[in-house]
Amino acid sequence: MSSSHAAARRTWWREVGWRHVAALVAVGFALFPIVFVVSAAVNPLGTLSSTQLAPTGASLDNFANLLTTTSFPRWFLNSVLIAGFAAFAAVFISTLAAYAFSRMRFRGRRVGLLALLLIQMFPQFLAIVTIFLMFTTITEYWPAVGFNTSAGLMLLYLGGALGVNTWLTKGFLDTVPRELDESATVDGASHVQIFFRIMLPLITPILAVTALLVFIATINDFLIANVFLTQDDSKTLAVGMYGMIAGQRNANFGMFAAGTLLTAIPTVVVFQVLQRYIVHGLTAGAVKG
Amino acid sequence: MRLFLKALLLGLVVAIAIWAAFPLIETGAWVGLGILVATTAGILYLYLSRRHIPAKYLVPGTLFLIAFQLFPVLYTVSTAFTNFGDGHRGDKEQAIVSIQTASVRQLPGSPEYALSVATAGEPATGELVFLLRDSGTGEVFAGDQDGLTGVPAGEVNVGLDGRVNEAAGYTILDTGQASARSDEITDLAVPTDQGAILAAGLSRAYEGRALRSYDRQCDCVVDTETGVRYYADPAEGSFIADSGERLVPGWRVNVGFDNFTRALTDSRIAGPFLGTLVWNFAFALGSVGFTFALGVAIALALHSDRLRGRAYYRVLLVLPYAMPAFAMLLVWRDMFNADFGLINRLFGLDVDWMGGPWSARGSVLLVNTWLGYPYMFLIATGALQAIPREMTEAARIDGAGPWHAFRRVTLPLLMVALTPLLIASFAFNFNNFNAIYLTSGGGPFPPDSPQAGATDLLITYTYRLAFGGAGAEYGFAAAISVYIFLIVAVVSAVAFRRTRQQEEVFR
Repeated sequence: MSSSHAAARRTWWREVGWRHVAALVAVGFALFPIVFVVSAAVNPLGTLSSTQLAPTGASLDNFANLLTTTSFPRWFLNSVLIAGFAAFAAVFISTLAAYAFSRMRFRGRRVGLLALLLIQMFPQFLAIVTIFLMFTTITEYWPAVGFNTSAGLMLLYLGGALGVNTWLTKGFLDTVPRELDESATVDGASHVQIFFRIMLPLITPILAVTALLVFIATINDFLIANVFLTQDDSKTLAVGMYGMIAGQRNANFGMFAAGTLLTAIPTVVVFQVLQRYIVHGLTAGAVKG
Repeated sequence: MRLFLKALLLGLVVAIAIWAAFPLIETGAWVGLGILVATTAGILYLYLSRRHIPAKYLVPGTLFLIAFQLFPVLYTVSTAFTNFGDGHRGDKEQAIVSIQTASVRQLPGSPEYALSVATAGEPATGELVFLLRDSGTGEVFAGDQDGLTGVPAGEVNVGLDGRVNEAAGYTILDTGQASARSDEITDLAVPTDQGAILAAGLSRAYEGRALRSYDRQCDCVVDTETGVRYYADPAEGSFIADSGERLVPGWRVNVGFDNFTRALTDSRIAGPFLGTLVWNFAFALGSVGFTFALGVAIALALHSDRLRGRAYYRVLLVLPYAMPAFAMLLVWRDMFNADFGLINRLFGLDVDWMGGPWSARGSVLLVNTWLGYPYMFLIATGALQAIPREMTEAARIDGAGPWHAFRRVTLPLLMVALTPLLIASFAFNFNNFNAIYLTSGGGPFPPDSPQAGATDLLITYTYRLAFGGAGAEYGFAAAISVYIFLIVAVVSAVAFRRTRQQEEVFR
């Protein structure tokens, strides 16, 4: 081996090689709990104490048990519906408001923006007693949107639609040049047409990011859903699965792991679809220059 | 087309309003109906007029915000000034009724009734009604928890045993149905002027006199058996005797700032409260710090065009973020399990991770770092890509080493982009209920403070106060919620001001 070869190898190592090592270590740290979950899911014994880090067996028993003995399919449907609707509605409502904040001047605009940030700092959950009392009354009058209904929970989540997301979207809208609005107005477009035909298509990255964030947050919500949904059929994945191992921590672990993997599917799918928007969207308007 | 859509949507609004109005009209809830009508009229006016354009965009979100965020928050804050909780749930009248009916004893000579248990609804679930026939006078009454109402003789049929066996508008429960609901039957007390009517078995009822009754003139409850007087204390919301004995239940009263000062001055609570506050800050700062450091470090390591397979690394590294957080928290909890957990088994250890305060704290920080670093990694990657390459190259040409170039050029630019997100992450982790509750449950709990554990955040402490087993204290929990809100708001405001983010908001 000539010395220039050796020098090239040293440079490669210094500039690229160590990066591979670092990345592999990081991947190891990231993946080992996930590998453990996979291992538990395919473990034929299905208990916590018998599961090793690496999969020891390959059995679909846990999946079968999960789908047949619990209401998992129902929970899955509930969660996906609620999270999907919440994401769609929240993005729409939030973008409407962001459009007003960005493009229009009106009294109370600055105060409104600050108020949005401020209100979101009081976590909705802390008002849970009041919400419980409110919904006890609502369930009496309009049971279709009361406790144990997906519709009621969706309405409750919409309370948090205006917030940090509105602020992010507004920032993104601010980067769209006003000349577009002006030329469209000159061409005779109304504000509604400008909103739907021009603005929305231009800000799809931030819409995608917001939808993803709301989707993930809604699927993961445990606390509010736990108070709201007490009947087995109406539960979401978070509430149902928590109940599954609340009592039987050791015995039901295999089923729980199987459920976790299945729950990850919608999130990973949405994530992959929106991936190219995410990195761009999260830092848009923040880096100056 | 536009007009058609508008008409359709507004028609939908009106249809919903009408559907919602029916139950309100049926029960005579005029205030609610008024609000509904006013809101619907307001919406119609807004969208039919040509003016108020900003409002058209803001109203949908604001309506939900007011109903499900603003109103509950304001109401919760108002309960912080009361002693709402177990034993102080209703108003004074309800407390009096409850005390009286609980003290009813059958006294000799009190009227006896032949009882038929009935309901106006379904036999298994409808609200119970006692159909009572006074054995002496033969009059029939219908009694429920609101009191007695007379039933005309023509509407009932009395059987040979002296009990009502048919009544218009009621279904009489047979023995089997009544036995199934015997608990509810025992609990039902029909209030009367002198006491209450209680069931004795399934076919007889008696009127008892309340041993304790309320005397309006002295504003006290008098126990006729012992003669003790319990005076109403409006400051405490209870009836208290001279000996200090209290009657349960009490009622809800305004206690001013008592809840707030109690958190800071009551020696049993102040210590744990302040301790929890300190740990709360440490946890939030630590979470942000560790996730940021790890995320940026990995982003830097992968930030090289010469690194092949970058895209694959990225997909794998982001996986923790895509997995359902609530489930992974529970998985981590079980990995740290002292007996069956993976970590103890894999490394041959025997550490009770969640049993010791510092190991528990370390564990939850580790878990939260695992959950949070992908987010930081993603945004750091995006920010790094947005930094023009010329800047770092210029620094290199000037002779700066890689570490120097990072510190003086890259890092400041990164911070500009990421600071708002760091602040948001701090606010999120300050109230990260799931990360603590699902892993350590807030524990371990020192023996002298069973409500506040070593890893408790203010929010988990508050949750336990409101929903824990040891007697719900909603008013106190609400006061702590206000503290949490003030802390997060102040810290965020200060941080925002320092980054001069206000310039963006005020543009």
